[in-house]
Amino acid sequence: MERERKFLQGNDAVALGAIYAGCKFFAGYPITPSTEVAERLAAWLPAYGGRFIQMEDEISAMAAVIGASLAGVKSLTATSGPGMSLKLENLGYGYMAEVPCVILNVMRGGPSTGTPTGPSQADIMQARWGTHGDHPCIALTPSTVYEQFSQTVRAFNLAEKYRMPVIILSDEIIGHMREAIEIPAKGELEVIDRMMPACSAEEYKPYDNSQLVSPLAPFGAGYRYHVTGLNHDEYGFPTNSSKLIGLQEERLLLKIEENYDDIVQTEHFHCDDAEYIIFAFGSSARASKDAVLNLRKKGIKAGLLKPLTIWPFPDKDIVKYADKVKGILVPELSLGQTVREVSRAAGGKCKVEHIYRVDSEPISPAQIEKAVEAM
Amino acid sequence: MAYNYEEYIRKGRLPHIWCPGCGYGIIMKSMIRAIAEMGWSKDETVIASGIGCASRLPGYLDFNTLHTTHGRSLAFATGIKLANPALKIVALGGDGDMSAIGGNHFIHACRRNIDITVIIFNNNIYGMTGGQYSPTTPLGAKAATAPFGMIEPDFDLCKLAIAAGATFVGRSTSYHALPMEKLFKEAFSHKGLSVVEIIAGCPTGFGRKNNQKTPASMLLWQKEHAVTQKMAEKMTAEEMEGKFITGILHQDTSKKEYVENYDTVTGFKAEGA
Amino acid sequence: MRYDIRFSGSGGQGIITAGILLAQAAAIKGGKNAVQSQSYGPEARGGASKAEVIISDDEINYPKILNPDIVISLTQEAYDKYAVDLKDDALVIVDTTMVHEYDNKKHKTYDVPVIAAVSKELGSAVSANIAILGAVNEICSIVKHEWLLDVIINNFPARAAENNKKAYNIGIELAKKALGE
Repeated sequence: MERERKFLQGNDAVALGAIYAGCKFFAGYPITPSTEVAERLAAWLPAYGGRFIQMEDEISAMAAVIGASLAGVKSLTATSGPGMSLKLENLGYGYMAEVPCVILNVMRGGPSTGTPTGPSQADIMQARWGTHGDHPCIALTPSTVYEQFSQTVRAFNLAEKYRMPVIILSDEIIGHMREAIEIPAKGELEVIDRMMPACSAEEYKPYDNSQLVSPLAPFGAGYRYHVTGLNHDEYGFPTNSSKLIGLQEERLLLKIEENYDDIVQTEHFHCDDAEYIIFAFGSSARASKDAVLNLRKKGIKAGLLKPLTIWPFPDKDIVKYADKVKGILVPELSLGQTVREVSRAAGGKCKVEHIYRVDSEPISPAQIEKAVEAM
Repeated sequence: MAYNYEEYIRKGRLPHIWCPGCGYGIIMKSMIRAIAEMGWSKDETVIASGIGCASRLPGYLDFNTLHTTHGRSLAFATGIKLANPALKIVALGGDGDMSAIGGNHFIHACRRNIDITVIIFNNNIYGMTGGQYSPTTPLGAKAATAPFGMIEPDFDLCKLAIAAGATFVGRSTSYHALPMEKLFKEAFSHKGLSVVEIIAGCPTGFGRKNNQKTPASMLLWQKEHAVTQKMAEKMTAEEMEGKFITGILHQDTSKKEYVENYDTVTGFKAEGA
Repeated sequence: MRYDIRFSGSGGQGIITAGILLAQAAAIKGGKNAVQSQSYGPEARGGASKAEVIISDDEINYPKILNPDIVISLTQEAYDKYAVDLKDDALVIVDTTMVHEYDNKKHKTYDVPVIAAVSKELGSAVSANIAILGAVNEICSIVKHEWLLDVIINNFPARAAENNKKAYNIGIELAKKALGE
């Protein structure tokens, strides 16, 4: 594959990114504004040795994706808020059973059916805490059509590397807008595959607590083991041992904590000398970038801190700027989810303010500029 | 001759969680014998289940085993089959698992005719949670959540499967260990979605409340109420009242298997680009 | 150089496709930065929908148009809803087949009845969106005609090529008339 310039929709870029990453299975259910991903992969996957299925509901789509991954195939599903609510049950199973897969949530408004054709950024906490129990979470936030592609590749890499579901949180604007992007040539972006066991079948421990991530043998490869959503021992069998339960629960979170620097990716635009930082992702980051340029023209030193990883939360970047700047502004398409995390990370060292829109329209650069000027 | 079940049972995984007198052990043993007779290797065989007493079964057997979320075994199994069609897949669960919370996955798997064998362990009750009524609890029967007797009509799971498009549907009971084994083999040999319903007793959750006080009386009930197709043909409607038919109830080999058909229609390339 | 172009019409008229084709021509053939976005209701047909295209030499961040340079309206409802917040020197292109009430005092407004012309000459209004592209590009000279035509032809099955070329030229001719040439 040669490098190629293409004019693409954001959702199409996710589908292309999945194929670039080696995805061979998609299961989904139609839902606006993510359906284009299913439509593309229904058409494209068979030629790449992959299969597509439209399942009977969102729950089974998530289940099928986990099943396919256990059979050794990189798998993707795509949805939006109402569908994400249904997927949470098996998403939790994916965390517990440590099965790599990628879930795209093209955010629209809510609660419930909300506004299907409008953007939102109000599923941030659902991504982090939606499924019950303590659990790890990796969630990525692209804000350009190119990032829809590149972050999809990264989502697969992180899923395979850390053996867990990875969420991509896009929004209706990024999913539906079109831009020209350079599709990287084969080999240009790193593609990671899960670790395979090197030991004998008898020695294989799919859930070895002495290491953060164990190799994952595909079903049918001669390593017969058990997979369950119950707390389990190192071989995958249900256990009531409080020692093993505790070890497992902690290890799931440690996978993330110990690898923070590998997982967290942020972009810093004019932040070095900034007196005001705008923390924004997705479509709000695009408006914020314009706002930074306009504010700079007016002599106000503003910068944009754009997370490409929203979970784990990029605390270190916030901490880095919190005691240097006069304030951090958080524009988001939510009544206040991300801003709580920014405030927590800033630890009172600077002012943290919030602006929002929840009327299914995006925040404009002017709204952001006005808020920074008022800080 | 004593059959060597040890070959298929995981070391150190027994005792199982089932109550004394439960019919599920009989079903498990019939399954093991049928799989052995099929000549399926342990490495190529996948047993998936949902949640409930029956769904604990895969953990005891030395195959690729998957204990999923409640009712979802067929959805997980569908993904496995599409990812690797060479695998032999059995999805099993109880009546509540397959026909209540998993009812949607069940009918759609039947409709697609994907090459998976579904075994429903029907004990007419939610056993693991303590005997609440299920979609197959008979009208009037008592359950923990039906203290006045079951008010809702029940499902005939085999009729449901046939209507939904399953291409092999059969029924047996935990009393009929050998016919059950034969039925499993026939289901495993069928290309497409096969459904086998096994009527089994739950002495703890169902029998106690419904005048079947001992496990033996539950087995006896199965023996007395099961009627083969051949016998049924000679019986009057009155004689059939309260009875159920066992054996193969439906088989259709004309419908295309889902994954094979997918590959043909889409021009699937195994090697990819 | 920066154009903020808003196409508006009713669902099913192909205005989103028109926006995509123009942006694609500018981005791929012209090497410009181009962003296309849209806004639509739940209906696949009918209602008022818009497609926005920004073409610029500079990086385009905010993808929506606040103050358009060019507004194209194919229906009255779309004109009323989307021919708003225009820049002072903006221009408007309306299809008077369906837009009857418009204000051409504040903004220079060009009347190009493509739907009527395409229906009459090609037997169906299906390619009115291609004709409007010809008209818009003739009036505003956004990209080379050959680039846009090339993109149009490549985006549809070969059998549609002749029809689309004709539609595009109908748009150019109507635009010339509107320009008073």
